[in-house]
Amino acid sequence: MAEASVENSIAPDRKGNAVSRFVWTYVFATDHKVIGLQFLFSSLIWFFVGGFLALAVRWQLAWPWSDMPIFGHMLFAESGGQMSPGFYNMLFTMHATIMIFFVIIPILAGAFGNYLIPLMVGAEDMAFPRLNMLSYWFMWPAFACIILSFFMPEYGASAGWTSYPPLSVFQGDAQSLWLLAMVFVGISSMMGSINYLTTIIQMRAPGMTMFRMPMTVWGMFITAIMQAFALPVLTAALLMQLSDRLLMTGFFLPENIAVNNGVATSGGGQVLLWQHLFWFYSHPAVYIMILPAMGMVSDIISCFSRKPLFGYRPMVYSITAIAGLGFIVWGHHMFISGMNHTLAMSFMVSTMLIALPSGIKVFNWIGTLWGGKLQLTTPMLFCVGFVSMFVIGGLSGIVMSAPPVDIVIHDTYYIVAHLHYVLFASSVLGVLGAIYFWFPKMFGRMMNERLGKIHFFLTFIFLNGTFFPMHFLSRMPRRVADPYIYEGLKDLLPLNQFMTICAIGMGLTQLIFVANFFGSMFFGAKAGRNPWNANTLEWTTASPPPHGNFDVQPIVRRGPYEYSHPDTECDFFPQTKTS
Amino acid sequence: MNRFWSVLFLLVPVLGIASVLMAMYGVAPLESAWLPKSLSQAGDTIDQLFNGIHLLAAFILAGTVFTIGWALWRFSDRGNSDAKALYITHNTKLEITWTVIPALILVFLAFFQMKSWAENKMNRPTVTVDGVSSFKPPMVMVKAKRFGWEFYYAGDDGIVETEDDIFVENLLVLPAGEEIVLQMESRDVIHSFYVPELRLKQDIVPGMTQFVWFNAREEKEIEIMCTELCGWGHYMMKADLNFVSRAEFDAWIADQKSAYSPEFKKAAEPTASLRTTNVLPSAELLGAAQTAVGIEN
Repeated sequence: MAEASVENSIAPDRKGNAVSRFVWTYVFATDHKVIGLQFLFSSLIWFFVGGFLALAVRWQLAWPWSDMPIFGHMLFAESGGQMSPGFYNMLFTMHATIMIFFVIIPILAGAFGNYLIPLMVGAEDMAFPRLNMLSYWFMWPAFACIILSFFMPEYGASAGWTSYPPLSVFQGDAQSLWLLAMVFVGISSMMGSINYLTTIIQMRAPGMTMFRMPMTVWGMFITAIMQAFALPVLTAALLMQLSDRLLMTGFFLPENIAVNNGVATSGGGQVLLWQHLFWFYSHPAVYIMILPAMGMVSDIISCFSRKPLFGYRPMVYSITAIAGLGFIVWGHHMFISGMNHTLAMSFMVSTMLIALPSGIKVFNWIGTLWGGKLQLTTPMLFCVGFVSMFVIGGLSGIVMSAPPVDIVIHDTYYIVAHLHYVLFASSVLGVLGAIYFWFPKMFGRMMNERLGKIHFFLTFIFLNGTFFPMHFLSRMPRRVADPYIYEGLKDLLPLNQFMTICAIGMGLTQLIFVANFFGSMFFGAKAGRNPWNANTLEWTTASPPPHGNFDVQPIVRRGPYEYSHPDTECDFFPQTKTS
Repeated sequence: MNRFWSVLFLLVPVLGIASVLMAMYGVAPLESAWLPKSLSQAGDTIDQLFNGIHLLAAFILAGTVFTIGWALWRFSDRGNSDAKALYITHNTKLEITWTVIPALILVFLAFFQMKSWAENKMNRPTVTVDGVSSFKPPMVMVKAKRFGWEFYYAGDDGIVETEDDIFVENLLVLPAGEEIVLQMESRDVIHSFYVPELRLKQDIVPGMTQFVWFNAREEKEIEIMCTELCGWGHYMMKADLNFVSRAEFDAWIADQKSAYSPEFKKAAEPTASLRTTNVLPSAELLGAAQTAVGIEN
């Protein structure tokens, strides 16, 4: 990391010895770039924890009840390294929890939102730097709760990441820690989204009108609005469940269910209420986990096509439409939950409508590629991978939006395939592309292209090998520790073993990324200000940018996508350049 | 090298669609993947929707991802290094086209499937007695519990939840070729009743009563799966479902009646603890019930 930026970011009265300087710069940082990197590093660490849990799940599905490598003998010495069914439930619960709440949401909104929003709108920092610091620090109580829960008797929460009561209410204490952790994550996201909204509305550079903002900023803006509206509902639901567990209330407990050797004392609650409240947040959360990636992918594809983003305004409108519709489709998670069956029809219609703006985005990305002068760099490959994988995830979404079809595939591996195509094969590929793209800005050095391309190729092959066959397991229920207990599922074992081998390959492939990331940080080629010849504001300042971001106040003169403009000599036209 | 990447992306629709078609039409090695053979008329309708929407999806996948691969092949910068990219910012006609055509397809899909949904979940079978139409009474009351299934057959009175119910655990025997209604309730947490061959799934929510109905056309031995996470033993919560002829069914019911006594029913009342996670309640209870009526294993 460049020394200059470190020096600049310290207030004069805080210049002390090296330790206190380090603490004030990197731990209690108020600079949005340092906070963004804090989010980036903690998310990447959790990404590997979550990946390990996924591999353990896959291990059990391929070789059920066999000795689990490495951890088996540490945890299950008495059974000779074979995991227990309850432990399996913990694995998929914590895998989903960590990947969603500690990886994808914080890396998109926390890391890239923090790092890019002020730079891209031409602001010197976030509107509320201290609130920003607090939003990162609220992640740590959540981390502590989850780490602590791994040491509880059940090795962690095991009621699924959806935590449906009554089961979750009667789980062990790890579930309370899980609920608390989610409350902290919610508070953190809420503080972040308030900050993003204020910064984007109030602190844009002169000339940066809303319709001159890059799609990345639009994605973050709409995401922040969704979080601000949806999070209070989740937080309320979490606290209600916590109170059902600890204060013996009965928000989610009906009367006369057999609990603790008798009938539940409290009651009068509604089991389905939790599902409505939970999905009212968690369906918008699906879009919270992809809209920022869509924004970043739009910018990267336009840059490496050397061509304006096709249909900028339709792209903005479709993001807004996805966000709006995202609030009225939560019932499609509940088609067979026992909810009034008539309601399924209205949720089906709104769900199908969401395919329209999603389709518009895909068609516009293709329109951007068409007739461009494509440069297939590593970030570009990841982003084209994002688009093609998003098509698969979106199309399987249309299949399951049909309630009669959903009767069959609900809670089976078909759903697992769909959600991994959207969250892993789309969002995570987009995030990786964004890391390769903005790494030079963050650390002042380029990542290795050759390693990057190998990383992309193997990830792309292995992710399809892992997730595509899941579409064919539409009779295999999810969350089942040993599906082969059913006669009708015994023939699926070879396919599951194939998927597990691909998953292990995918896990190992990520080590190439780790090597590239840390190697490039110290030994990569110097990047300069604008290594990709991109138009947006962050590329007009130093890499990495100093405290305060810009040497001179940027004046924005045009939109962000003026590539290959007929009136210019070179094929890019930065937003600040005078014509 | 650019050609290499375009071929990689072109492989996605090729392999994806090939494997979907192989699974749909039962070609090796995916001949047994996807769904087992449907056992009911309602299941056939769902299969038609399932296959139809997949064919449509495969068509769209082919169109979009093939275009992406082709664009990479055609426009990656090899060979035209002097040429500039086209400067096109938008095209309103195109935008309208690719909004309206998918919209029409989706509206068609939305209306097309409503009938199937209504048949499966909303139009509960009725019977007409003396000109008065009423809901067909359920033949069996299903009580789901951690981690097993209790089935209470309506006794001679033809009504479930009365004194003469016949209790069977983890085995559901039903006559084929008849419309059957099941009533379902949960004793503890949420469970879900899934029979892949019948294309039938319904969550069983504590505090609520659900009804499902189906008509199996063949005699066959299949399985009931629980598809809602219900605790550590969720994976073993299965029951056998045997469709037999009417005559065999009547004989089987008569057998059950003779083995049946009020003591058996009393012993089968659940006292399972939700926090006791190391004992399978159903096995324990069955043992108690067998002791009560003097059956040796």
